[in-house]
Amino acid sequence: MSRRTVAIGIGNRLRGDDAAGIEVAERLRGTAPAGLEVVSCDAEPSRLMEAWSGADSVVLVDTVTSGAAAGTLHRFDAGEEPVPARAFRSSTHAIGISETIELARALGRLPRRVRVYGVEGAEFATGAGLTPAVEAAVGRVVDAILADLEEEP
Amino acid sequence: MAERRTIRTDYLARVEGEGAMSVRLAGEQVEEVELRIFEPPRFFEAFLRGRSFLEAPDITARICGICPVAYQISAVNALESLCGAEIPEPIRLLRRLLYCGEWIESHALHVYMLHAPDFLGFESAIELARAAPAAVERGLALKRTGNDVMVLVGGREIHPINVRVGGFYRAPSRHELRTLVEPLERAREAALETVRWTAGFEFPERTVDCDLVALARPGDYAIEGGRIRSTGGLDLAPSEYDEHFEELHVERSNALQSQIRGGGTYLCGPLARYSLGSELLAPAAREAAAEAGLGPTCRDPFRSIVVRSVELVHACDEALRLIDAYEEPDAPAVPVEPIAGTGYGVSEAPRGLLYHRYRIDGEGTILEAKIVPPTSQNQLAIEDDLRDVVARNVQLDDDALRGLCEQTIRNYDPCISCATHFLALEVERR
Repeated sequence: MSRRTVAIGIGNRLRGDDAAGIEVAERLRGTAPAGLEVVSCDAEPSRLMEAWSGADSVVLVDTVTSGAAAGTLHRFDAGEEPVPARAFRSSTHAIGISETIELARALGRLPRRVRVYGVEGAEFATGAGLTPAVEAAVGRVVDAILADLEEEP
Repeated sequence: MAERRTIRTDYLARVEGEGAMSVRLAGEQVEEVELRIFEPPRFFEAFLRGRSFLEAPDITARICGICPVAYQISAVNALESLCGAEIPEPIRLLRRLLYCGEWIESHALHVYMLHAPDFLGFESAIELARAAPAAVERGLALKRTGNDVMVLVGGREIHPINVRVGGFYRAPSRHELRTLVEPLERAREAALETVRWTAGFEFPERTVDCDLVALARPGDYAIEGGRIRSTGGLDLAPSEYDEHFEELHVERSNALQSQIRGGGTYLCGPLARYSLGSELLAPAAREAAAEAGLGPTCRDPFRSIVVRSVELVHACDEALRLIDAYEEPDAPAVPVEPIAGTGYGVSEAPRGLLYHRYRIDGEGTILEAKIVPPTSQNQLAIEDDLRDVVARNVQLDDDALRGLCEQTIRNYDPCISCATHFLALEVERR
């Protein structure tokens, strides 16, 4: 029996590179590998926790702005330790995904394995598509997630 | 020579957004208290010029990820009243339902994630979650129900897209709304539990004496519109706002601070709404307030957490009532033709009165826009309260005083992103 992995793409399709997570989710859906459930959603904490509820492993993909070059890929293993909050502050209003991960850890609702991919975005204008560097990074994230899935027991 | 002290916090946690605050003390004298605000909404006012009046609700919704509905509703109120649009009752009530979703989402976030840790001695909601997981789960479930209402009625939860000048793009069916009944019934129970929980916190005794300002409408605990009333006796149409309130530019920061012309500081938000209209709350909310020991008015900023909890009960109850009574409108929107002139709109954002004013030409192009968010209106009241809190507690050491200052600011649930950009707390003793 395969262990259950949930891949969650986070973002806003209407805001340029912020769509990276959603795009990753759509491409993963296209490949439909066994044992992988794909979800697109916003970063609302209880929705995220519900999406990964009961999973052994979760992969989160979101756009980040850390000042690195567009398309730079950041990868964090959050199963054991927190991810840097600053990178994922997509909004100053809401509870970001790093806070949600820590809340879930405190509540005992975090899967055993938590990987977070942050795709460095550049353009967030309304109605813009992905910039080419981010588009390329989306492909790399999809490949990495699929490769990880192969390696998992 | 009085001892002078400097205390600094570079980043004030658990408020919406970022900003700066400083307190300067010379011995026991409070020399200066300042909440520094840099205001993105002013840029929005410029973005709006030259755009179609039909775009105002979608553009202004972007000002805030927590209270986008407030921006949309104040915008459509202003433009529809200017253009003489008669909004059918089912559409108006559907807007209130959407707004209830925003109140539930915003109040649950503030009560549980931002404010409660102050009363229980925790640095963050994460620490609170370790110590009291059931409470935090309850808060998350409440917030989620508010989000679900916003998704169903507003199209999506952050920056909803369904509100338009004249109504909605699409009205939900009765059947769709019924799916919210069960979660809202659970949310109402959770809200009642929230009132009992927060009423058990310990509160230092505080009273604010300034005027309280909130919307009122006969028979309603006003949410999506109404007249502007104050404890000082004002009773104004939205079009009279500018005659009675002014925004002052403060030299030491980019902030505009509101005050009543000739009357000074005032406060809007939960304490004002409750004190001006507690008798209009849903019976379940009134009973919960009485059991929590609240009288007909409340001027204690620390107890605002109990008032927000009571408003959570009201918003859940009101949402259930609206769903039960919902009749699908004949059309999701009525046509609205632009009329040259100036329109004024108000509504009660979770943190208080939100005022919009638009001047448009006969083609519907926006010539001028003015937006006054609640946090700008509350800024002077927050500073006054902070000054008094510091003056009464100068004996505290720097850490304790800093903590008390932060809590004092959080009592007002400032949406600093609506009104500001960066908040660091700085207490200077000289």
